[in-house]
Amino acid sequence: MKKDRISHAKPISQDRVVFNIIAYIVLGILSVCCLLPFLLVLSGSFSDQTSILTHGYQLIPETFSLDAYTTLFKIPGELLRAYAVTIFVTFTGTFLGLFLTSMAAYVLSSKSFRYRNQVSFFFYFTSIFGGGLVPWYIFNTKYLHFHNNIISLILPILVNVTYLLILKSYMSSIPDALYESAKLDGANDFTIYLHIALPLCKAGLATVGLFIALNYWNDWYNAMLFLDEGRSNLYPLQYFLNNILTKAQAISAAAARSGLPMSEVPSEPMKLAMTVVATGPIILLYPFLQKYFVKGVTIGAVKG
Amino acid sequence: MRKRQSLLQKDLRENWVKWLMILPAAIVVILMCYIPMGGIVLAFKEYNYHDGIFGSPWVWFKNFTYFFQSGKAFSVTRNTILYNLAFLLVNTVLQITCAILLSELTGKWFKRITQSVMFFPYFISWVVVGAFVYNMFNFEFGAVNTFLKSIGLEPIDVYSNKGMWPFILIGVSAFKNVGYGTVMYLASISNIDSSLYEAADLDGATMWQKIRYITLPGIRPTIIILFLLAIGTIMKGDFQMFWQVTGNNPMVLEVTDVIDTYVTRSLLQLQEFGMTSAAGLYQSVFSFLLVLLANKLVKKADPDYALF
Repeated sequence: MKKDRISHAKPISQDRVVFNIIAYIVLGILSVCCLLPFLLVLSGSFSDQTSILTHGYQLIPETFSLDAYTTLFKIPGELLRAYAVTIFVTFTGTFLGLFLTSMAAYVLSSKSFRYRNQVSFFFYFTSIFGGGLVPWYIFNTKYLHFHNNIISLILPILVNVTYLLILKSYMSSIPDALYESAKLDGANDFTIYLHIALPLCKAGLATVGLFIALNYWNDWYNAMLFLDEGRSNLYPLQYFLNNILTKAQAISAAAARSGLPMSEVPSEPMKLAMTVVATGPIILLYPFLQKYFVKGVTIGAVKG
Repeated sequence: MRKRQSLLQKDLRENWVKWLMILPAAIVVILMCYIPMGGIVLAFKEYNYHDGIFGSPWVWFKNFTYFFQSGKAFSVTRNTILYNLAFLLVNTVLQITCAILLSELTGKWFKRITQSVMFFPYFISWVVVGAFVYNMFNFEFGAVNTFLKSIGLEPIDVYSNKGMWPFILIGVSAFKNVGYGTVMYLASISNIDSSLYEAADLDGATMWQKIRYITLPGIRPTIIILFLLAIGTIMKGDFQMFWQVTGNNPMVLEVTDVIDTYVTRSLLQLQEFGMTSAAGLYQSVFSFLLVLLANKLVKKADPDYALF
């Protein structure tokens, strides 16, 4: 290290000032870039249909209007159903996924389990090699008959090997002595898992649980693969939004079913209002959950 | 062999509770991963629904010949690899820059807010990102064109302009992933021994010297490992991103089609089973070899981080 240049011991040195200016500018610009799309969608959703058609989307709406939201809540049937599907799938999937993953992680972390390396590899191998989309799709539809079944929204992302390994490393840090004494009292592995291991890695469970929940909340891919247009009552929120955005007839069909004349439907701002409504819960929860996600990412970085 | 088997049997008898606890997760993995792996044979068959995976007739390498002769194999492979390299490069540079700036910055509230704002896009679905892209680039009402028109410029039609898509996709990838990687590199920086910085302060080192001689060397192992691991996934296109951001727009497919979007589109729209499973197998095998290579390199760089 070079140490020949000795700076004067000023409270704030010049290089610190320059650094801070650069940092404020670079981070400021990047943050604005990350925020801008959200603001554009938000302001667009409060715009008036005619002003969008004549002037286009703007950062500050020409005329403020709640039309999009009132129309959206005039046809609540489909929106609420999509919400219900997503909430059901998210809760069921997170609970089951966390249960299966943590149970397996407990066993794989236990040093007395002779085959832990082999079984770990059995799980791990699936994340580096797969048969590809087509065989998987055919197996699920033709042989398991998941087509148009809500199971197709839960099972494919139920067990994630990365989360299994994260929980395994959480559980490995629990001292064996705790298990030993419970064993002497005659407890079996399931009881130990339930009453000792789970309470001791609450933070890990919260982190992994949130990641699983996020995956379920944001999933539209499985719905696209496995649900036909005739089964729109099973559409989860994100896929419902996807159709509103990409299929011109989706809005008009929804309007027709609810008896609204098409001319009264503000289709453009409605697309954006729908986007806001589908993202809302995540925005509201984010400030409270951020620290758990940061923890999860950090563990993932330390032990990939 | 017999001894091993009896060991396993003994273990199953003694530790049946443990085996039973693994079983549910194992069944999911068997159903979702291992059994479908058997369907690899499909790549060598002419699939028809009636005969199923195993009853359909063999055509051996015809599917592969078809895939490679269509010219698609080359263009989708090229797109997949080039996009992944570009994402890796741009995102890594931005992530490291942000992490260093955040770690040294003294303004506490600014730090917290910018970090939260940049991390947030990671949590929204790709459908919503697709809505953002529509909102900005739509030809008639998009915010970009509104802005261009307001300052007297001609509106641009990105949906028929091939040259713009690499930039849009790189931008979107950065938007979604920079915050996530920044958190990772911040963790790596916080692991650097703080006495090094204190010693440098005593010696009167400038900020730049500290970054150049302490921070960057300190996170170098993380950079190398993440880089090598990314090599292992270079054949895997981020399906959800490409599908939602480009909207499957046929005008620009030449520059936006990656292996994963090509396979999914052929499957859903053309019901082209044989050729798409051949393309899928080509991708799986290549990816697998790349993971093995990456793992070997990681092992050389730092055995602690080896995948297996």
